[in-house]
Amino acid sequence: MTNLLMLIPVALLLGLFGLLAFLWALKSGQFEDLDGSAHRILFDDDPPQPKADVNKDSDKT
Amino acid sequence: MASCRHCGQGLIPGKEIGGQYCCAGCQAAHDLVEGLGLDQYYQRRSLDPAQRPLVPEEDDAARVDFTQHAKPGQKGDQVLYLMVEGLHCAACVWLIENVLARQPGVTHARLNMTTRRLELRWIDGAADPNLLVHSVTQLGYRLVPYDPARIGDAVSAHEKELLKCMAVAGFAAGNVMLFSVSIWAGQADYMGWATRTFLHWLSALIALPAVVYSGRPFFKSAYEALSAKRTNMDVPISLGVLLATGMSLWETVRAGEHAYFDAAISLLFFLLIGRYLDSRARGRARSAASHLIALGARSVTVLLADGARKLLPPQQVATGSIVLVAPGERIGIDGKVSEGVSDLDASLISGETLPIQAKPGTPVFAGMLNLSAALRLEVTAAGEATLLAEIVRLMENAEQGRARYAAIADRVARWYAPVVHTAALGTFLFWTLILGTAWQPALMIAVSVLIITCPCALALAVPVVQVVASGRLMRQGILMKSATALERLAQVDHILFDKTGTLTLGRPELLPGDWTAADLALAASLAVSSRHPLARALARRCPEAAPMREVTELAGLGLEGDGVRLGRRAWCQVSDELDGGEGPELWLARTGRQPVRFAFEDSPRLDSKETVNALTKMKYSLELLSGDRAFAVESLANRLGVAKWRALCLPADKVARLEELKQAGHKPLMVGDGLNDAPALSAAFVSMSPSTAVDVSQTAADVIFQGDRLMSVAETLRVAKKSNMLVKQNFGLALAYNLVTVPLAMAGHVTPLIAAIAMSSSSVVVIVNALRLGRR
Repeated sequence: MTNLLMLIPVALLLGLFGLLAFLWALKSGQFEDLDGSAHRILFDDDPPQPKADVNKDSDKT
Repeated sequence: MASCRHCGQGLIPGKEIGGQYCCAGCQAAHDLVEGLGLDQYYQRRSLDPAQRPLVPEEDDAARVDFTQHAKPGQKGDQVLYLMVEGLHCAACVWLIENVLARQPGVTHARLNMTTRRLELRWIDGAADPNLLVHSVTQLGYRLVPYDPARIGDAVSAHEKELLKCMAVAGFAAGNVMLFSVSIWAGQADYMGWATRTFLHWLSALIALPAVVYSGRPFFKSAYEALSAKRTNMDVPISLGVLLATGMSLWETVRAGEHAYFDAAISLLFFLLIGRYLDSRARGRARSAASHLIALGARSVTVLLADGARKLLPPQQVATGSIVLVAPGERIGIDGKVSEGVSDLDASLISGETLPIQAKPGTPVFAGMLNLSAALRLEVTAAGEATLLAEIVRLMENAEQGRARYAAIADRVARWYAPVVHTAALGTFLFWTLILGTAWQPALMIAVSVLIITCPCALALAVPVVQVVASGRLMRQGILMKSATALERLAQVDHILFDKTGTLTLGRPELLPGDWTAADLALAASLAVSSRHPLARALARRCPEAAPMREVTELAGLGLEGDGVRLGRRAWCQVSDELDGGEGPELWLARTGRQPVRFAFEDSPRLDSKETVNALTKMKYSLELLSGDRAFAVESLANRLGVAKWRALCLPADKVARLEELKQAGHKPLMVGDGLNDAPALSAAFVSMSPSTAVDVSQTAADVIFQGDRLMSVAETLRVAKKSNMLVKQNFGLALAYNLVTVPLAMAGHVTPLIAAIAMSSSSVVVIVNALRLGRR
């Protein structure tokens, strides 16, 4: 019985954690562009920054 | 053949720049990309042949003043929302974001690849929005400002809300089920009432807030239906969920044995899945359509009295003013030519393939495409008074006449709710009055009837099939715009086709004739310098022809170079004795030689014949309705094996023919692309358009298909028939499930365990059955 009293809150908390993570992801717009995100990972070696260093980029190629 | 380093199009020999670029715009774009150190783009991209090639348009940025569309953001910056057209792949997204991010002052540039919307932020005063936009249009993309509050935000907010409800319901369903399984396991064994009640209370603690939160979409819709004195599927759903929760709470309070928290919440979870999928499938097609429509609104270049140019939306152009139309531009107003000679492509208005010749005095209509030379037009009508607007009005009238089609799910819901509620009431009365049971247990049994009949499988039956079907069609480039299109397509018995651009490709091809290979090579060497569709067809046939130097083009007449003339009969001074026959033609004239005639025709799509055969085999009756001349229509109809055809149809004639068919009890499908088809598309029982169609037609059509294949029509009909069958099977399964479980519930044998098993298994069966459609 004591095990039960321990495990139920643990299970609930874990579940709640997952739910909150999902709601947070939804709120921060991570589900807005599912196609783009899948491809973006392939290009993100130089993230869009204002006035990124142009030379660094051309050195790589 | 070499291709342009920027846009990837084949280079036209003699017109290329340095053997690398097709035009100066592409060269500038390539230089810009390279100058910013982003030339990896060219290795990473994969060009989509279905998309418009990335050829920059000259002075396109001057068309709209983007400064007016910028809005102040929260942190002292400026925000501009733009819709991007011309995206080929993810590398384009990367390129646009990086080009913008490297402009001074820009703080944020993010392009959503799914919705093709770009959010651009910059420090107020540090950048000029027109220049920022120009840096992207220079690459060949087109940008249109939009107002996020007006387009699609309501839909996506609703979808987000459903997703949140679904997440909460999923969490609650999982955890409540955890406790329920313990209780069921304990029932067989040694669980005491204290532990059971404790677990019931825990379930209640989770389920109650979850039901209140995630049930809102259903409660709201049910309340709205009831206050309008109607019932819909949400009424029995809401009632079932609320009663199950209420009764379980009552049982829990008095430490009873049976609580249905798990049933109530997992029911909501399943239903929300169906609802979300449904809204997503519809929202996608809609956002694609809204995107197309937004791009249609282009401005008109008006020449002011002092010689300055001004861009105005078409409806603001005054009658009598002078409008400039560049070659390759679509005309936005009705008017007549005041200066200039050119060829006009009127296929969208009349359905005619061949360009018409325009010279001073020729009347022109909004929607025509200017082909060969710049024109000045005097405006005779603009905005609401144009022929275009007239056609749109005709279309709206037809739309109103189209009876509102009730989806099969609504029709089922109409009788389902009363039957279920009567059954529950009957059960209650039977137990109390005839068997003499106390009212509490009798009420318990009646409520269990309501819970078990809660239309879980029934509510999933249609949306799951629709999502699978539209997903399968979407992979083949077929977009469903209307939610009931699949159902209506399944009932079609009569198919009407437009000719130009639908059965045919809408572009002329050279026919074999009395010409030799040398004639063709000579003609092609002249033709490569022209944009006229017939000249393009010649050049396509003979790509190896070396372009002739110093070719002059006289718009509306023909080409001349090195003493050789190619063009109209009159231009080549062909004597009337030489008869060529019907159809579009070009003549090639040389001194001292007999003139040679090249004949053309608008060739049918490659799989037109195949499609017609397939459709005839599927027992549809086919018909051809065209605005073109009888000769052209008849020859195509004979070639494809379409028995019935009508030529010289005006937009109103097409609508009349559809009405006639509908009066006779037929369900006609209209397939068309032109502006002249738009009213017919709205008048038909259901309609399809290729994605090359004009915006208005795409708006009117229920289904849009991409690419050159006409087989999409047959495929869509096949999928529609199959999904209709699956929907019916699903309804059958759901009803069979009810027939088995309802008597059990009425007899009072349904425990929460049975309810949970019955409910989830019926939902799973329905979903699995729908998934069969995904496979070929």
